[in-house]
Amino acid sequence: MSELQSSGRAAAAKRTQTIRDGLRKRHRSEQLFRALGILAICAALGFVGLLFADVLRKGVPAFWQANLHLDVTFDPELIGADPRPVRAEGQSIADYNAAILAWQRSIAMLNWNNVVEASMRSVTPADLEIDSRQILSIPETNARHVIREAFVANPDLMGQTVRFDLLASANTDNWVKGNIDRTLGDAQQQLSAPARQLIDALEENGTITQDFAWGIFTNVDSRSAPASAGLAGAFMGSLYMMLVVIVLAVPIGVASAIYLEEFAPKSRFTDLIEVNINNLAAVPSIVFGLLGAAVFINFFHLPRSAPLVGGLVLTLMTLPTIIIATRAALQGVSPALRQAALGLGASRTQMVFHHVLPVTFPSILTATIIGVAQALGETAPLLLIGMSAFVASIPGSVVDQATALPVQIFLWQGNENRNFFEARTSAAILVLLGLMILLNAVAIFLRTRLERRA
Amino acid sequence: MNSLIIAVLLLALLGLAYQTGWMTSRRLATPNGVKVHSRPQYHAARVALWTLVPALVILAIWGLFGTDLTRSYAVSLIPTETLVALDQIGLNATLQRIYALASGYGVAGAVQPFEQSAADALRNFQLITFLALIAAVAAVGIFGLLYARSRITPRLRARNIVETVVTALLIFCSAVAILTTVGIVLSLLSEAIRFFSFINPVDFFFGTVWNPGFSSTGTGNHGQYGLLPLLTGTLWVAAIASLVAVPIGLMTAIYLSQYAPRQVRAVVKPLIEILAGIPTIVYGFFALVSVGPFLRNAGGAIGLNISATSALTAGLVMGIMIIPFISSLSDDILNQVPKSLRDGAYGLGATQSETIRNVLLPAALPGIVGAFLLAVSRAIGETMIVVLAAGNSPVLRGTPLEPISTITVSIVNQLTGDTDFTGPQSLVAFALGLTLFVMTLILNIVALYIVRRFREQYE
Repeated sequence: MSELQSSGRAAAAKRTQTIRDGLRKRHRSEQLFRALGILAICAALGFVGLLFADVLRKGVPAFWQANLHLDVTFDPELIGADPRPVRAEGQSIADYNAAILAWQRSIAMLNWNNVVEASMRSVTPADLEIDSRQILSIPETNARHVIREAFVANPDLMGQTVRFDLLASANTDNWVKGNIDRTLGDAQQQLSAPARQLIDALEENGTITQDFAWGIFTNVDSRSAPASAGLAGAFMGSLYMMLVVIVLAVPIGVASAIYLEEFAPKSRFTDLIEVNINNLAAVPSIVFGLLGAAVFINFFHLPRSAPLVGGLVLTLMTLPTIIIATRAALQGVSPALRQAALGLGASRTQMVFHHVLPVTFPSILTATIIGVAQALGETAPLLLIGMSAFVASIPGSVVDQATALPVQIFLWQGNENRNFFEARTSAAILVLLGLMILLNAVAIFLRTRLERRA
Repeated sequence: MNSLIIAVLLLALLGLAYQTGWMTSRRLATPNGVKVHSRPQYHAARVALWTLVPALVILAIWGLFGTDLTRSYAVSLIPTETLVALDQIGLNATLQRIYALASGYGVAGAVQPFEQSAADALRNFQLITFLALIAAVAAVGIFGLLYARSRITPRLRARNIVETVVTALLIFCSAVAILTTVGIVLSLLSEAIRFFSFINPVDFFFGTVWNPGFSSTGTGNHGQYGLLPLLTGTLWVAAIASLVAVPIGLMTAIYLSQYAPRQVRAVVKPLIEILAGIPTIVYGFFALVSVGPFLRNAGGAIGLNISATSALTAGLVMGIMIIPFISSLSDDILNQVPKSLRDGAYGLGATQSETIRNVLLPAALPGIVGAFLLAVSRAIGETMIVVLAAGNSPVLRGTPLEPISTITVSIVNQLTGDTDFTGPQSLVAFALGLTLFVMTLILNIVALYIVRRFREQYE
């Protein structure tokens, strides 16, 4: 009996042990699974953090740039310019403009580099031997244009000495920031030894300082003077495109959502539209670029590189987003509202436009902003319609040549002056990301603010 | 200036029409019981429509033909003997001078007598046509206004008419989506067919060499357009991207929907969705300057030869990009699994992870597969990351550690800076685009079908 009992107890104990072991194992695997989940989340969040940290680390320094503060003397002996022509009585505007242009040309033919060099020499230590090519490698190549334009705008400067804040060249900027290994031999350095010496001396006496680079926001892209390359042109191009998108995509998108959700009978035609919109939302963006190239440019002969064409392509891309979001918003309106309106004798159109649509206004607004933000970051289709051309002016209308912010990033990342442009590109990315975050923040703000009232 | 005048005129007409319609319809209603069908604003809107639409038609006609008309008139002003001597460029220059003189801006240099007389005549012509245009717009507008006003009666169903117009507008807007699709298909197809008139489709779809020659070098020799190197490159990148995104995305979705407290979920979910909102060019740059060199150095440290720009770099970064697509979609699908299934598993003594692995995931599998397919189709169609970070080397490769090229990269390469659609060099972009379109379309349709089908099971 007792033997049986004890053996039974042993079996029970063994069974408990097995169960305990099994439980421990199951709990361990439970914990492992949980840890995997946490790991995945950490990885995803890590990527977000890494991306932002990387762009910030690279981009923030580019917002400060080396500047030269030079006293420039408009020495009549060095310049020797004719007086500016005056408009004579009876002279047509075109003739006068031609005379002014000829005068400006004659001014441009003068050797302004001499002026730049002279003012650089005035701050150079006397014991430093440096030739003019070396000394001119320190200021940006556009320095002579800046000085000339100041003179063209105001010929009275002749004989005077004026303080100019000139950009230092990209190489100088790199040297000042320490982006270049200072121990490299002369053959590998972009700047000659005396030039580097002079930069160090100028930095010491305060002629070269690092200032906030407003030029990034106010200048247009530049190839000859990399340190002056800015985002203003691309920003205006993006702005014009956004305008086109807002003017076209929002009314069309909201209208077709209203039709599909409120009026459309269940027919083959409306089914077709529905399937179509869902498919369009998933078509790769580059295919829209092909559409733009073939239809808008090749068939309708709209101007290449114009924000109008870019805006049209982005409109077609954004439409599905806006339609789908607006439909979701319309579906969210309570049927009681509709029935109440209809019950009071409103027609369907009145019901929709007077009662349903105002309620959905906040959601439509947020969806629109998010759609526009998406369009703002799109690059690939714009490359196919020629928006990647180099444009050195701020576009004045939607049919002028222009580029866009993401395309500008694409152009800058391919610039051969890597040392300088890697930071510039990151700075442009920061501006773009800042805009997108701003747009999304506005969308979230509007949603929380307006939806509470509705 | 001219367009401003016309805009002001149109606005004034519109205001007048609206006001007229309003007043007339208001006068109809009498206290002794004449009932007007529509409210005044509908009568007003109807009159405004009658005024605006004909005027806009006139303006559109002028917009289409006006410039050509002025130009041909200006050409007719140039004396015949001068005209004969001019070539196309010279003619344009002369016309420019005449236009400039007519505008009062003047031209540089001496003015020839015929230019001056032509400019004077042209100025008269421009003035007359402009006045005629304004008169026509105003006349048509006022005629429409009067006609519409004369038809206002108490029984006129103005509201229904206005609503019909509004509905027609709505239908037109909905049709834009169809027009877009038709435009995509037609433009891709027509240009691709032109491409296939140069290149045999068999050579395109089964060729193993991608070497598009330049039109300047080729005399009858068009280069080789084999799709397979690009296709394998595309698939390499998509495969690596899904290897990165699927485990991370899925586990994220599982943890956030099943384990995480509400506050954690509220913070983490939007943070991860930031990844979906970042422009792809930013990912491309990140891959090019940070991930690529890192991978090369890491590979060097363990004795692997990894190129900085490679399928691995592009795929890895693209995987990061599509994490939120997988996680959001899987999240939705996991939440749709009925609670009863989960409770049943708990009731049988299963742990949470066992419930998830053995009950939730199998139930949600079709939906997750759908999400996976959607993500893959996105990876296939993605452009900027691969343009920057894949290395653009269209060669058949057996390893993802070397530079590759993809379909999208080749589209960009063949079509940037060249929209002269005459040779296969640029037309091939449309054949590639068609291939891409069909591939992603099939993936999307299958994915949507699976997701939708699965949803219906529990409803």
